[in-house]
Amino acid sequence: MRTRIADGALHLVLAAWAALVTLPLAWAVVSSLKTDAEIFASPWSLPAEPQWDNWIRAWREAGIGRYLLNTLIVVGGALALVMLLGAVCAYCLARYDFPGNRLVYHLLVAGMLFPVFLALVPLFFVVDQLGMLGTYHGLILVYAAYALPFTVFFLHAFFRSLPAATAEAAFIDGCSHAGVFFRVMLPMARPGMVSVGIFNFLGLWNQYLLPLVLNPDPDRYVLAQGLAALAVSQGYRSDFSGLFAGLIIAILPVLLAYVLFQRQIRAGLTAGAVR
Amino acid sequence: MRHGKYRFLIGALAPPLLLYGVFVVSPYAQAFYLALTDWDGLSAEARLVGLANFTDLWGDPLFLAALRNNAFLLLAVPTATIALALFFAACLTLGGRRRRGVRGSGLYRIVYFFPQLLSVAILGVLFQFVYTPGNGLLNGLLDAVGLDALQRSWLADPATALPAVTAVMVWSAVGFYVVLFTAAMESVPADIVEAAVLDGAGNLTVFRRITLPLVWDSVQVAYVYLGILALDGFALVQIMTVGPGGPDNATEVIGLTLYRAAFTYGEFGYASAMGVTLFFITLTLTALALRATKRERVELA
Repeated sequence: MRTRIADGALHLVLAAWAALVTLPLAWAVVSSLKTDAEIFASPWSLPAEPQWDNWIRAWREAGIGRYLLNTLIVVGGALALVMLLGAVCAYCLARYDFPGNRLVYHLLVAGMLFPVFLALVPLFFVVDQLGMLGTYHGLILVYAAYALPFTVFFLHAFFRSLPAATAEAAFIDGCSHAGVFFRVMLPMARPGMVSVGIFNFLGLWNQYLLPLVLNPDPDRYVLAQGLAALAVSQGYRSDFSGLFAGLIIAILPVLLAYVLFQRQIRAGLTAGAVR
Repeated sequence: MRHGKYRFLIGALAPPLLLYGVFVVSPYAQAFYLALTDWDGLSAEARLVGLANFTDLWGDPLFLAALRNNAFLLLAVPTATIALALFFAACLTLGGRRRRGVRGSGLYRIVYFFPQLLSVAILGVLFQFVYTPGNGLLNGLLDAVGLDALQRSWLADPATALPAVTAVMVWSAVGFYVVLFTAAMESVPADIVEAAVLDGAGNLTVFRRITLPLVWDSVQVAYVYLGILALDGFALVQIMTVGPGGPDNATEVIGLTLYRAAFTYGEFGYASAMGVTLFFITLTLTALALRATKRERVELA
């Protein structure tokens, strides 16, 4: 009996925080379906009729559709690049002995200690001089470069923990160095690749500072950047319903992915913190 | 033995190291040099001015306001987040039958974690609406529960603007650490807890004497990560606050001062000096946090 009352109290506390987390999001969803007049009238009212038109306006006119596409191109490209380079790099450092191995490893991992703000000014000029300001490939390369330290750090530990015998056997069977990596070791590292892949995907998807500085062309804006710019310009035009709709469209892909893969996503992100 | 080892290594390591060298190492190295110059981005050559930029920083009211605000965030964000997360994690794991966790604990974790996935841009835009004075969620909520006397323009009032930003950071971070701490708490062997309960220990004692010492490693990690988060704050402030950084520099943060100095005023040398300062602050605090929270490791075996 005592524990049942105690459990009731626990649930009350826990549910309160769950409500606090859900409420702003649910409120934004409802607001995205209201007319501007309804939004101004009261934060609590429900829409008389759901205004799906807000969503269409946000997607087409406000450019959320284009920003989403830009984000997919940049994040997709950077993710593929950093996973390939990071895995190769971590593998070589973890499984081969050569002069300078420790130095290269520490140089890479030290990258995690530095705040990006420190690099910001020179980075702008490096990218500018390469003629890559406001280009997809420029952003892809920079994103990948800044995701590299963590990727190498995480996968290095992972490749170290794999048994040596399998690789030895493959070498004896006449497999080349690259063959052993791609056909034997990389498949064995899959769980680690998935964790760090999820971690990188979210980190890159959420980038705001780097595109703000390196991606000045509004046609190439990524989602985070476009949404923030929209908040300023829509505010002037007071199209708040459209802005709420844009916000929800930006949240939906992440929510969908979370519903489908919530276990892997939580495991991937927390594994990143524990390392 | 196996031929072609070095050819493979060079081929494999050259592309990542080149990428890293050009976009990461070289900018960081240049930043330390630029911090000693008065470069404005236009003149062909940067003039060395020694430590003048750094002495200027200490007389710059904007930078000092930013330092103060980041110090506030540094105190408030990790403390509030860790306290809340430990509390909820304890609720999730210590309740239920034989203290095996409350029912529905998986569902709570799923819901709590979600804000972690929202980008700072989304958080900024969303909470700007929440804090809107006229038809925002927060004032509407206060009105609904009869506390309309507390209503205000949260982001326009210098007294509440920074706490409002802090609340967003805490709101979005708590769930992640609940998941992290619950995982750590679940790995605490059940028989230890049961033995303590048989000896008459209450929930609070179990938490303080058994759970907390055994999850201390995770708390330490959380402190460092949240500290780094609190030293940033740029995106939220830049999107949410008036000015941005206002009212009255109440929400100015180092990242914003740096960004403005560089990309609005073209004071690239001066901005780099801020970056170098931020780097040393980060480094010092990380070292301090790791040292201060260091404890004897508890072996479970």
